[in-house]
Amino acid sequence: MRQCAIYGKGGIGKSTTTQNLVAAMAEAKQRVMIVGCDPKADSTRLILHAKSQNTVMELAAKHGSVEDLELEDVMQTGFGDVKCVEAGGPEPGVGCAGRGVITAINFLEEEGAYTPDLDFVFYDVLGDVVCGGFAMPIRENKAEEIYIVVSGEMMAMYAANNICKGIMKYAATGKVRLGGLICNSRNTDREIDLIEALARKLGTQMIHFVPRDNTVQRAELRRMTVVEYDPKAKQADEYRALAKKITENKNLVIPTPITMDELEELLMEFGIMEEENTAIVGKTAAEESGLGQAASA
Amino acid sequence: MSTRMTKEAAETAIKEVLSVYPAVSREDREKHLYVNDSSVESVGSCLSANRKSLPGVMTIRGCAYAGSKGVVWGPVKDMVHISHGPVGCGQYSWGTRRNYATGQTGVDNFIVMQITSDFSEKDIVFGGDKKLEGLLREIKEMFPLAKGISIQSECPVGLIGDDIEAVAKRMTAELGLPIVPVRCEGFRGVSQSLGHHIANDTVRDHVLGKTEPDTTTPYDVAILGDYNIGGDAWASRIILEEMGLRVVAQWSGDATIKEMQSSHKAKLNLLHCYRSMNYIARHMEEKFGIPWMEYNFFGPSKIEDSVRAVAAKFDKKIQDNAEKVIAKHKERMAEVVAAFKPRLEGKKVMLYVGGLRPRHVIGAFEDLGMEVVGLGYEFGHNDDYDRTIKEAGDATLIYDDVTAYELEEFTKRIKPDLVGSGVKEKYVLQKMGFPFRQMHSWDYSGPYHGYDGFEVFARDMDMAVNAPVFKTTTPPWKTA
Repeated sequence: MRQCAIYGKGGIGKSTTTQNLVAAMAEAKQRVMIVGCDPKADSTRLILHAKSQNTVMELAAKHGSVEDLELEDVMQTGFGDVKCVEAGGPEPGVGCAGRGVITAINFLEEEGAYTPDLDFVFYDVLGDVVCGGFAMPIRENKAEEIYIVVSGEMMAMYAANNICKGIMKYAATGKVRLGGLICNSRNTDREIDLIEALARKLGTQMIHFVPRDNTVQRAELRRMTVVEYDPKAKQADEYRALAKKITENKNLVIPTPITMDELEELLMEFGIMEEENTAIVGKTAAEESGLGQAASA
Repeated sequence: MSTRMTKEAAETAIKEVLSVYPAVSREDREKHLYVNDSSVESVGSCLSANRKSLPGVMTIRGCAYAGSKGVVWGPVKDMVHISHGPVGCGQYSWGTRRNYATGQTGVDNFIVMQITSDFSEKDIVFGGDKKLEGLLREIKEMFPLAKGISIQSECPVGLIGDDIEAVAKRMTAELGLPIVPVRCEGFRGVSQSLGHHIANDTVRDHVLGKTEPDTTTPYDVAILGDYNIGGDAWASRIILEEMGLRVVAQWSGDATIKEMQSSHKAKLNLLHCYRSMNYIARHMEEKFGIPWMEYNFFGPSKIEDSVRAVAAKFDKKIQDNAEKVIAKHKERMAEVVAAFKPRLEGKKVMLYVGGLRPRHVIGAFEDLGMEVVGLGYEFGHNDDYDRTIKEAGDATLIYDDVTAYELEEFTKRIKPDLVGSGVKEKYVLQKMGFPFRQMHSWDYSGPYHGYDGFEVFARDMDMAVNAPVFKTTTPPWKTA
């Protein structure tokens, strides 16, 4: 069994990519489980054709505590026999979502959810690793492979670099390794080149470039993955290719996160960021217009 | 019989004891150890206090929750105090402080109860505010005569960011009784001291001045910082009343919320435990113009000084009464001293208590002919040590936030005739062969305040020092 965690900036398409990838794996007769680690609980809806499934924490709250739950209460099976679990958690602004992830994963372990017949477990994790709870999937004896979903946008790349720093921390003491960057295209300029350059700097690979395609949205409207909704679509082949590459991936590394300066240099090289003009730092609009007048005078 | 160490011997003892520490720890701990020089005015930078304890040492300190729930709020008897969070903090602090109160349990006295929101996993993940609301309604239903509720935050409540202030505000309106949210999460600050401060601030914001007193007189005084351990506040109150003063409030031993709410009309605040209540005393001085003074009701000498100092703030009538009170108790006190001094004369004492008693009991020991040769505070600040250096004799060894190891080593070197500290120290030191009294809880005895308290104090010290059991044991330093 290989356990993989998918990280990336919020809104980058982690859940969509994960489910489409898993659907492609399932089509190839791989046995897969998805563990949603985001209180939004939208990591399994395309597999289950559901709005969102009952989550571990929600049911635990209803029954009293997690000790009162059975595995079958929280685990559902969807497209291609993919097993689905959602950790769940509080509404935004209350409680501790991180603790919810920890509790849910501990529950799955204790209840024997990780059966030997599984080929893959995928953790789909909340965008920002804001606290220890969201690093739970990459702690010892859990996910050993990490894939970061990224695009050619600046903030997505910042986030990818930060996630690499987090992986470094756990890699030093455990077996967690970075498997690569998945570029979920936003059609920015020279996106492939940029992400490949970033991947090189991080000591990893861009494992696949997933082009932008409206089929994904059409499938989502039907709460389906592309592979299920339109198996003949060109985009389905992209996810099949990603699935194949991940299945065959041997390139697992301890990432080499770069400094902010290096990252900015890279962004400047690709024209995403302009050369910093230190003369304008800390100047208000009024001061700047004054400067302009002084210069023109 | 032991003797006081010389200044040089005390300094050597500090050096020797610290020598086992790694350099960084030694450097830190050096700043907390001091040999008293009563000629200086302030400890200045020679002693540092109220600093974070070293990781790895066995500190004797408590936490902010202990300071708020255990000390300041807990004794307010007609309120229900919720230990808000997982069950442990409330359970293990239940009934540990011996703050006596009159009244009918469950009717107008709730201090012997342990009320907790008993957080479980789901409350951590989903937040505990709804549960707290339900709990508040239940309390109102079960104890309709409760006059208020305080919410004492345990660590997890702060970690998950529950909005207990919003709940308290909403529920104060719904239930029509004061509900006080207290952010005394245990991880805040370096000891229970911050909990006292936080609790004082919540008293200021939610209690003080909220009710007017039924009547006022020119002789209204409030006792601040007496928690009625073993009846201390009662023994103090008698003296003040004999002087002709009217004690309008006891903060917070045997207190009602009403007397605290209406304390802002007192003429004078009498502050016993400076450490835990100087904050509210200063606030009342600033906002309501109420002067405050510290006093000491341990042992007849200090009581006499304090009675005269308090009387000096009032008119001739009170001053005359003060002399009558002193005269009235003189003979009884002389009898106590005559009975116990011969048995205790010259005995040396080491103390390690909270934030007040090490300096305040020196006089009571001296009344019995005993001498305090080592002392320290768990959570004192520099201003406490400044007050201490004048009370303690020269070359008294002073140890701030002492570690278990240091206390044992200092005790072995000083070989006192009596050690006064807490329950965690008691059995270790007794097994080492030292007579011991718990000076937080009065060792299930008390009161020790006031004239009545001194009788008990003298008896208890004699009982410890001259207990026959210590004649049947040989302390380790005598076997060598």
